[in-house]
Amino acid sequence: MNKPLRRVALAMMAMVLLLMANVTYVQVIQADDLRHGPGNGRTQRAEYAKQRGQIIAGGQSLANSVETGDELKFQRTYPNGPLYAPVTGFDSPTYGSNGIERAMDSILNGSDDSLAFNRLSDMITGRAPAGGDVELTIDPAMQKVAYDELTSKGFQGSVVALNPKTGEILSMVNSPSYDPSPLASHDNNVAAEHWQAMENADGSPMSNRSVSEIYPPGSTFKLITTAAALDDGYQPNSTVTDAASITLPGTSTKLPNYGGNTCKGNTLTEALAHSCNTAFAEIAGKVGADKLRETAAKFGFSNDLQIPMTVAKSDLGPMSDDASLYQSGIGQRDVRVTPMQNAMMAAAIANGGKLMKPQLVKSTRAPDMEVIDELKPEQMSQAVSSTVADQIRAMMLKSEQYTKGSGKISGIDIASKTGTAQHGDAADKPHGWYVAFAPAEDPKIAVAVIVENGGDEGAEATGGSLAAPIGREVIRAGLQGGG
Amino acid sequence: MSQPGTSAESTSGSNTASSGDTRRGTELFLLVCSAVIVTFALMLVEISQENTITRQLFIYGAAYLALFGGAHVAVRKWAPYADPLMLPLVALLNGLGLVMIHRIDIAKETEYAVRQIAWLTLSLILFALVLAFIKDHRVLAKYSFTCGFVGLVLLALPGLLPSAISEVNGAKLWIKFGPLGQVQPSEFAKILLMIFFASFLVSKRELFTTAGRKFLNVELPRPRDLMPMLVAWVAAIGIGVLEKDLGTSLLFFGIVLVMLYIATERAIWVVLGLSLFALGAVLAWQTVTRVQSRVNVWLDPLHHEDGYQLKQALYGLGSGGIGGTGLGSGSPETVPFSNSDFIITSMGEELGLIGLIAIFLMYLLLMMRGLRSALAVRDSFGKLFGGGLSFTVALQLFVVAGGVTGLIPLTGLTAPFLAYGGSSLLANYILIAMLLRISDAARRPQAPAKPKPQQAPIAEAHTELVERPR
Repeated sequence: MNKPLRRVALAMMAMVLLLMANVTYVQVIQADDLRHGPGNGRTQRAEYAKQRGQIIAGGQSLANSVETGDELKFQRTYPNGPLYAPVTGFDSPTYGSNGIERAMDSILNGSDDSLAFNRLSDMITGRAPAGGDVELTIDPAMQKVAYDELTSKGFQGSVVALNPKTGEILSMVNSPSYDPSPLASHDNNVAAEHWQAMENADGSPMSNRSVSEIYPPGSTFKLITTAAALDDGYQPNSTVTDAASITLPGTSTKLPNYGGNTCKGNTLTEALAHSCNTAFAEIAGKVGADKLRETAAKFGFSNDLQIPMTVAKSDLGPMSDDASLYQSGIGQRDVRVTPMQNAMMAAAIANGGKLMKPQLVKSTRAPDMEVIDELKPEQMSQAVSSTVADQIRAMMLKSEQYTKGSGKISGIDIASKTGTAQHGDAADKPHGWYVAFAPAEDPKIAVAVIVENGGDEGAEATGGSLAAPIGREVIRAGLQGGG
Repeated sequence: MSQPGTSAESTSGSNTASSGDTRRGTELFLLVCSAVIVTFALMLVEISQENTITRQLFIYGAAYLALFGGAHVAVRKWAPYADPLMLPLVALLNGLGLVMIHRIDIAKETEYAVRQIAWLTLSLILFALVLAFIKDHRVLAKYSFTCGFVGLVLLALPGLLPSAISEVNGAKLWIKFGPLGQVQPSEFAKILLMIFFASFLVSKRELFTTAGRKFLNVELPRPRDLMPMLVAWVAAIGIGVLEKDLGTSLLFFGIVLVMLYIATERAIWVVLGLSLFALGAVLAWQTVTRVQSRVNVWLDPLHHEDGYQLKQALYGLGSGGIGGTGLGSGSPETVPFSNSDFIITSMGEELGLIGLIAIFLMYLLLMMRGLRSALAVRDSFGKLFGGGLSFTVALQLFVVAGGVTGLIPLTGLTAPFLAYGGSSLLANYILIAMLLRISDAARRPQAPAKPKPQQAPIAEAHTELVERPR
């Protein structure tokens, strides 16, 4: 019987070898696919097993983790969710993450290299591992005012406010907004229901208008055209056309001023203050596409920017002929900006021409509150000379004087520019823009406001009537409110 | 093996009495090693689960060593010549299994480890009793018909009992004793039936080797000789249908087949048996939805709606990768039955491919030592019985590990010694006791009443070199 016994031994070896070959295939070749397979909760559980750090602004907690009794140990909650949603983003077991939650993930979840020492000491001391905190530059008072101003009237739009000297982002508000808390629910159904509701809601509340949406800038773009002109030899009192309308070169299309009126002045200063289209169309034609593009780029157009979320690129479009150059000069045709870009433009002018990099993170801290990293102001470019900046500032002060709308602040000079951007909407309800900084002599706040589609005023809406009051309230909150 | 001069396999005429080395010291040393490994594994679990490391841990380690120390004493006393590797291998597998069961207990807040330790204690007592009372495995052959009858009854009983007291998780394999627990009689039946088969086949060996008709140059067995296999086949199908358990059915038929092959030395039995098995499998696949579902899940485990268990198991294996997540640091508890049927994948997740292969090698070593004893033992019954016992371990491992890793369709069996399960543990310790008994017989020096020095005729004798007296 020994012969068959030996054969059985061989068969048994073959069986075990087969098992080994199979597990090798599963654990080596298939491993990566399996690790990330749908419904493999292991990676996620590891992620939620420890307490994620907080997102803080002005001493308030904007996002923190609470312990739950369920499988994923910690659940994210967002006090004042919709108010800060464009900043915090969400962290959802079902839908992943975005906003600061995504951009600062390695700090918040504690895996960042800068937290290596903390991880080690946690391991040695047996302390429960936790993520680091992220403190933001957001000013809660301004954030709240901006949000209330937009939402109380049911506007769709965005407000971005910057500290022109440091690039700190003081507010970043969207309307409509959404509550990130239900998305962070550990119950997939709750998250999915909320997600669907937000996807189907009017005005796409989950889109971060401040940095991800691009809009026609309308007359606010005239600031760039002005900067290009001044840089190109124009003076504030240089004579420009005051014609009620001009014909675009090479076409028979008429380009009129707002309301079809003759401009109430024929200097560059007057033209900006009264926002005369004809003058700026011609100026754009004179300085040329390259100069315009170059100036815009110095203000931040077409640049990659992380705040740390990625900011969509603002762009001038092709400007392939003179007609399109003329139209681009007044912020029409293919010119597109983010509210963030418009705020950067105002901030650069406010800061003597120096464009500071917008930043949202003030500091990062280890779980034991020790500061790991702090915001260092970074200059992105010298957009214009300080002389040109001062000249534009003076023009913007004048512009503010002619701008209607409520909310003017006594004792504080605001330098501003409005925009009313038509965008081929069926009913042609324009977007109302307001970019401003204050106090004009020592700017502490630069702001950009957009109210989409005529707000509550329809086709008659202007930047001055819609957006300016909001911008002024935000500035007031920043300068006087503080709480 | 270090027996000088002669290996135990070439038995005729040689005298091995001179070898007094029973290797029991080796066994004890290896048991201490496995106690150290198991204690260390337990320590890793506690660290990863952020429990405090206390002296308690070492007390557990010592208790484990004491339990197996008891088994070692039993072997030393009643089977002193037995293979020194088998008990430490079993102890290590069982210890690692206990650590994993404990680890899943922590995750799920259950208390299976304590129960498993109780079963282990009972198993080791039974193990010692088997060694103590069965002094010679050949005695078993005398009771072969009793064993066969009891085995058959045990095998059939759950299938005939009402589902209320016999069905667990869809398989009618159990007998429930209310709150006392439940046993799976088929686990014991398989050993009893092996005794019967070994004895039956040895006594009727000649019959089966008688040539029948020749067909295509192959000598077919005579039709009437096919009867035992057909009976086994029908019985296997009966188990599959009545008890709704394919694993037991497959195991049972596989054992019969292999024992038939070992007894007759004719491969035609295997061919016929496998054909019958294939026929049965196709029949089952055509008619039983449960089987169809299992096969479909096996073909596409990640996307089939019934594939949740296997999918989670594969996810666990994949997440473990080559090095594993580390003991206590994975999520094996996500997989249903992670401490019993799927304990192999739990090990694979936390110990990785390296750990899993080590476990497979431990099993392989165990089987090979068992088979070696069967080869070495002198009587046919012992060879056949030993071969059957070893193959049982192999087949159980193959069916369960192959099932949970997606190699073959999933059937319900437990990994011997590793998985949670009282009946399986009891039965497998009896199995190991019997293998040790056979191995003891194989390695025991044949003690002639008086060693007759084989003196060569003077004329042919060499001259011997005698050392110069100093």
